[in-house]
Amino acid sequence: MHPPEDGKKHRSRRNFLGQALTAAGTAIAAPSLLQQTTAAQAEKPAITPKPGEMSVTLNINGKQQALAIEPRVTLLDALRERLGLTGSKKGCDHGQCGACTVLVDGQRVYSCLALAVMQEGRQIVTVEGLAKGDILHPVQTAFIENDGFQCGYCTPGQICASVALLDEVKRGCVSAITPDLSTPPQLATLSEAEIKERLSGNLCRCSAYNGIVAAVQQATGQAPPSPAAAMLVREPEEIPV
Amino acid sequence: MKNFAYVRASSVKEAVQQGSNPGALFIAGGTNLVDRMKVFLDEPAQLIDITRLEMTQIEQTGAGLRIGALVSNTAVADHPDVRRNYPMLSRAILLGASQQIRNVATVGGNLLQRTRCPYYYDNAFACNKRVPGSGCAALTGINRIHALFGASDQCIAVHPSDMCVPLAALDAIVEVEGPQGKRQIPFTEFHRLPGDTPQRDSNLEPGELITAVVLPPASFAKSSVYLKLRDRASYAFALVSVAAAVEMAGNQIKTARLAMGGMAHKPWRFVEAETFLSGKSATAETFQQAAKIALQGAKPLAHNSFKVELAQRAIRRALAVSAKGGGVA
Ligand SMILES: Cc1cc2nc3c(=O)[nH]c(=O)nc-3n(C[C@H](O)[C@H](O)[C@H](O)COP(=O)(O)OP(=O)(O)OC[C@H]3O[C@@H](n4cnc5c(N)ncnc54)[C@H](O)[C@@H]3O)c2cc1C
Ligand code: SF4
Ligand code: FES
Ligand code: FES
Repeated sequence: MHPPEDGKKHRSRRNFLGQALTAAGTAIAAPSLLQQTTAAQAEKPAITPKPGEMSVTLNINGKQQALAIEPRVTLLDALRERLGLTGSKKGCDHGQCGACTVLVDGQRVYSCLALAVMQEGRQIVTVEGLAKGDILHPVQTAFIENDGFQCGYCTPGQICASVALLDEVKRGCVSAITPDLSTPPQLATLSEAEIKERLSGNLCRCSAYNGIVAAVQQATGQAPPSPAAAMLVREPEEIPV
Repeated sequence: MKNFAYVRASSVKEAVQQGSNPGALFIAGGTNLVDRMKVFLDEPAQLIDITRLEMTQIEQTGAGLRIGALVSNTAVADHPDVRRNYPMLSRAILLGASQQIRNVATVGGNLLQRTRCPYYYDNAFACNKRVPGSGCAALTGINRIHALFGASDQCIAVHPSDMCVPLAALDAIVEVEGPQGKRQIPFTEFHRLPGDTPQRDSNLEPGELITAVVLPPASFAKSSVYLKLRDRASYAFALVSVAAAVEMAGNQIKTARLAMGGMAHKPWRFVEAETFLSGKSATAETFQQAAKIALQGAKPLAHNSFKVELAQRAIRRALAVSAKGGGVA
C-alpha cells in the first residue's frame, strides 16, 4: 500500500468498499466526468538508478512521483509494484481484458501495454484518483447502486473506462455502431447498444454486464436504468416465480 | 520481457540516425511491440521512443489529406474530414481493437503490426516468420484464419490490420524518411507477399521511419463501407473484411473500389472486379458476378475454404450498402 499522503486520508481497498457501500442511495449530481486532482505537490528527490534503470518522474493522480526503474517496466507494474496503487488490476497482461485501464491525459489506455518511462510529463489518473476525498465519483456511486460488480476484479478498469466513455460522448466521439457518423450520440440518448460497444474493451468474468450498463446509463443522467439491470437489484420477494 | 536501452528521439533526423543502430526498434503506441516483447518475439537492444516527434497533425495539402504517422487511431476515426469524406476508414478503425488500444495505437504502428497467426506467437511451433528457415506449422496445422491469396509454401499468414484495408482501396501514399532520405510508397506496394522471406512484412528499409499517410481526394469514397466479419461481435480480429466504395452516376456505377482483409499477407485489392463493376447498373446480379470474379483465383487451405463463400457474401453486401450511400454495413 502506498504511504499516506499529507492531508489525504489513507484508504485501503476494504475501507474504500466499506465507505462506498454506505454511500449507496446518495443522490448523484450531474456527472462531472474527469475530476483530476490538480494539487501541485513538491517533487520528491530523485532516486539513484541502479545499472539498467532510469530515473523518471510520473504525474499520478495529481502528484509527482520519482522512480528509478528499468525501461521494460510497464505502467501497470510501476503503479502496482512500486507505488502501491493496486486499484488497477493485472488480468491478461496483453491488452485483452481491460482490468488495467487507467486515464492518461484524460484518455483511457491499457497500462499493461504502456511503458512507464514513456509516460513522463503525462497526467495519469488511476481508480484511486477518481474520488474527491470521501466523495465518490458519480460513476463509482452508479456502479454501487446498480450492482455493477460481483467479484470486483474488473471493476476499477470498468469504472475508469466508463468515466472516459462519458467524456468521449460529451466530446462527440462516434463508435463503430453509430448509424450516422455525422451525428454522434448525446449522453441523454446514448443507447444500451452504444454503451456495450464502447465498453467492449473491458471483460468481466462474473458477467456483471447488465449492472455495468445500468450504471453507465445512470451516470449519463438517463433514468430508469435498463429493465434487465433493474431486475438484478430487485428485492428477492419481488421476483416473479 | 528482456531489458533494453531507451532513448526518446527529439527530431525525425535524430530518430532516423538512431534507427540504424544494431538491434534498435522504434516504439510508438507500443500496443503491438510491447505485447510481442512480452513473449520474447522481439528482443530489441534499444527502443527509440518516437512519440514526442512532430508527426501528430492531420492537414489538407495539395496532395490530399495528410495524416501524421503518430496520429492516434481514435483521432483519425473521429476527424471530421475522415468521417465525411472517407467513412470506410473511420468505420474500419472503429471496428478494430478497443477504445483503449485505439487511443494509443498510431497510424505508423498500425501499418507495421504483425500477423495474428497463432503459430507465430507460440514458441513451441515452427514459424518462418519468427525463425526464418524453421518451417511453418500452419501449413499442416489449423489454418482456418489463413490466406486465400498470395501465400507461399513458406508462410500462409494474413495481415491483421483493419485500417490498412480502406487505405489500400483509397490508393493512399506512405511517406517515409530514412538514412537515404525521403521517399513515397504507394500503399498497395507498402506491404509484401511472403515469398521466401516471410520475416519481412513490408518494403521499408532498415532504419526507415514512416512519417505520414496521405489520402488523395476521392469523390467515390463518400459512399463507402467497411464490413468486418469475425467470431464475435466486437474486440476481435477479422476473419474476412471488406472495404467497398461505389460512386453512382444516375443508375450506373461510375467508380467502384474493393479491397479485403483476412485474405492475404497484405490488404488485397480486387482490381478486376472493380473494372467489371464500372459502367454496370447496381443490381444484386452485378454484385454477385463481381464477387465471383474477385474470388476466382482463391486457393483455399485445409480449414479455410469457408472463407471463399463468406468473402463473396460479404462483398455482395458491402457493394449493395455502398451503392445506397453507405452507413453501417
Ligand atoms: C487485444 C488486441 C486487439 C487488437 N485488435 C485489432 C483489430 O481488430 N484490428 C486492428 O487493425 N488492429 C488490432 N489490434 C492491433 C493494434 O491496432 C496495433 O497494435 C496498433 O495499431 C499498433 O500501433 P502502435 O502505435 O501501438 O504500434 P507499436 O506497437 O508502437 O509498433 C508496432 C511496430 O511498428 C513500428 N513502428 C511504429 N511506428 C513506426 C513509424 N512511424 N515508423 C516506422 N516504424 C514504426 C514499431 O517498431 C513496431 O515494430 C489489436 C491489438 C490488441 C493488443
Ligand atoms: S503462416 Fe507464417 S506466421 Fe504462421 S506459422 Fe507459418 S510462417 Fe509462421
Ligand atoms: S491486464 Fe491490461 S488489458 Fe488485461
Ligand atoms: S465482477 Fe468479477 S470479473 Fe467483473
